[in-house]
Amino acid sequence: MSKQTIRSVQKRIASGKLRLRNLVAEHLSTIEKRNSDINAVTHIDYESAYERADNIEAKIKEGKAGPLAGAIIGIKEAICEAGKPATCASNILRNFKSVYNATVIDRMHNDDALFLARHNMDEFAMGSTNEYSVHGTVRNPHNIGYVTGGSSGGSAAAVAAQFVQASLGSDTGGSIRQPAAYCGVVGLKPSYGRVSRYGLIAYASSFDTIGPLTNTVEDAALILGSIAGHDKNDMTSVTNPVADYMYAVDNPNKNIRIGIPEEYFGEGLDAEIHQKIMSLIYQLEVDGATLVPIKLPHSEYAISTYYILATAEASSNLARYDGVRYGHRASIDQIKELESEDTALNKMYKLSRTQGFGMEVKRRIMLGTYVLSSGYYNAYYAKAQKVRRLIQQDFLQAFEQVDIIVSPTAPTTAFPIGSKLDEPVQMYLNDIYTISANLAGIGGINVPIGFHSNGLPMGLQFMASVFEEERLIASARLIERLQT
Amino acid sequence: MSVSKEEVQYVAGLAKLHLSEEEISILSRDMNAILGYMELLNNLDTSDVEPLEHVIELSKTYRADKAHEPLTHEKALKNAPDADSDYFRVPKVIE
Repeated sequence: MSKQTIRSVQKRIASGKLRLRNLVAEHLSTIEKRNSDINAVTHIDYESAYERADNIEAKIKEGKAGPLAGAIIGIKEAICEAGKPATCASNILRNFKSVYNATVIDRMHNDDALFLARHNMDEFAMGSTNEYSVHGTVRNPHNIGYVTGGSSGGSAAAVAAQFVQASLGSDTGGSIRQPAAYCGVVGLKPSYGRVSRYGLIAYASSFDTIGPLTNTVEDAALILGSIAGHDKNDMTSVTNPVADYMYAVDNPNKNIRIGIPEEYFGEGLDAEIHQKIMSLIYQLEVDGATLVPIKLPHSEYAISTYYILATAEASSNLARYDGVRYGHRASIDQIKELESEDTALNKMYKLSRTQGFGMEVKRRIMLGTYVLSSGYYNAYYAKAQKVRRLIQQDFLQAFEQVDIIVSPTAPTTAFPIGSKLDEPVQMYLNDIYTISANLAGIGGINVPIGFHSNGLPMGLQFMASVFEEERLIASARLIERLQT
Repeated sequence: MSVSKEEVQYVAGLAKLHLSEEEISILSRDMNAILGYMELLNNLDTSDVEPLEHVIELSKTYRADKAHEPLTHEKALKNAPDADSDYFRVPKVIE
C-alpha cells in the first residue's frame, strides 16, 4: 500500500476505482500478517467494520460524506469508545469496556471516520518505549528488535506498518511526537485546550492532550480539523476559533522566521540527526525563511519539573482505581488472608491497586505521593510550579522573535528493546526535547526526515505558540515537500 | 535528601499500595535516583516567581441549569467487580 492520503482515498472511492470494504479487508490482512510481530493492535472491530464501510461508501457516492470518509482509523487504548475495551494497557482495567464515547470519537464519527482497531500503549501512558504494557511490548516495524517509543507506541507503529490509515494518540510529555519520530510517521500534539480531553483516561490533567499520528501532514491537518474546538464536557477546552488547517497544507507560507534554540542542539544529540535537520533548515532558508538563533535558558530544568508535576497529578488521578466501581478487585480470600492491621476496606484498596498496577505506574504514583506529602510539598511541587512558569516565559519571549521553533524530536533514533528498562532517569531523559511543549502548553509536531545510517527513522520537531497549529502544519508541510 | 525504606513504606500507605520487600528496595533505589536528579531545581532562585497553575487563560463558562439524562444504572454498574441491580457491592467492612 502506498502512502495515499485520506482525501485521495475519498476521491478514488467517489470515482468507483476503490471499494472501501476492500480497503478494510486489505488493512485487516496486513494486521493479520504482521501484528503478531509488532503487537500494535489490541482489539479489532470485526463486527461493524464492513457494514460501516458500505454506509460510508454510499455517502461518498451521494456526495454527502464528511471529510474523514474513507479514513480507516485506530485509537489508543486510553481514549474511550463505547462498548470497546479501554484497558489503558493496565491489568487494573483489563476487563473494562467504556460505556460512552470520548468527544474526539464522536466528532470523527460524525465526519465519517471508520474505527477499525484499538492500539497498545504504555500502561496509563507512562513510558517512553511501550515496554510497560499488560499486552506486551510493541515492536518497531522498521526493526522488531527496537522499541517504538511511547507511550503512543502502538498508534505510531500501526500507522507505520499500514495497519490503519491514521490513529489517535495522547501526549503528556512527548507521547505522540517521540514514538512518531522512532517509527517514521507524522505526530501532532496540539496546544493544551485545543482538543477536548473528555473521554481520555487521565494521566496528568494539566499536560494531557489528544492528537493524530499519520503518514502525511495533510492527514494530520484533516484530523485535527475534525477534533479541535470547544466542548461543553471539557471546561479546559477553549472557544478560540479553529483555523483552516487544510489551507495551511495547500498554501504553506515560506517566509517564516525559524528559531533555532542552542540548548536543543548540544551534547547528547546524535550527529546524523543534527546534520540532517540543519541541511533541511538551510534549504528552507534558501526558499525564503529567516533563521534566528534563540535561547530557551531553562530547558535543562524541564525534565525535573515535568516528573514532579506529572507524577503528582498522576498520583491524584489514579486514586480513582480502588476496586469498587470498576477495574480489578482482589479476591475476598486474598483480602482475608492479608496480614496487616488495616481495616478490610483498606486491605481491599491496597491489594486491588497493588495487583492491578505495573511497576512504572507504581513508581510514578509513589513519586507523586512523595512530592505532595506534607513536609516535601514546598521543596518539590511548589518549586516545580514556579519553574514551570520560567519555562513558559522562555517560549513566550522566543515567540516574540520567531514564528516557529525547530528542534530534534528525540536525541537518538529508537534503541534496542530492554536496554533502558533498569534506569528510570535515562528513560526519562528521552523526553528532553518534547517535554517543554507540554510544560508551556504549546503545540508541537514530529515530521519524518528519512533514515539514519542505522536503518531507523529520524524526526524533526516544530513547536509553535499556543493555538497556532496552522503554523506547525505549514512548516511541517514545507519539510515534507523537500523530501518528495 | 534521601528516602529511607521506612519513608517508602509510609508513602506506600498514603498511596494505598501494599508493596513487597523487593518492591520497596527497588522503589527506594529508584526514588533516590530520580529525586537526586530533581535536586537540579535548587540551582534556580524562584523567590520572585509566581507558580504556574494553568498554562492557558480560561474564560468562565457557564452551563444552563438543566437536568440531563444520566448514565443508566445498568451502564454505570456494567464494569463493577461486584454489584446488585442498584448498588456497587463491597466486602463487609465492619468487623
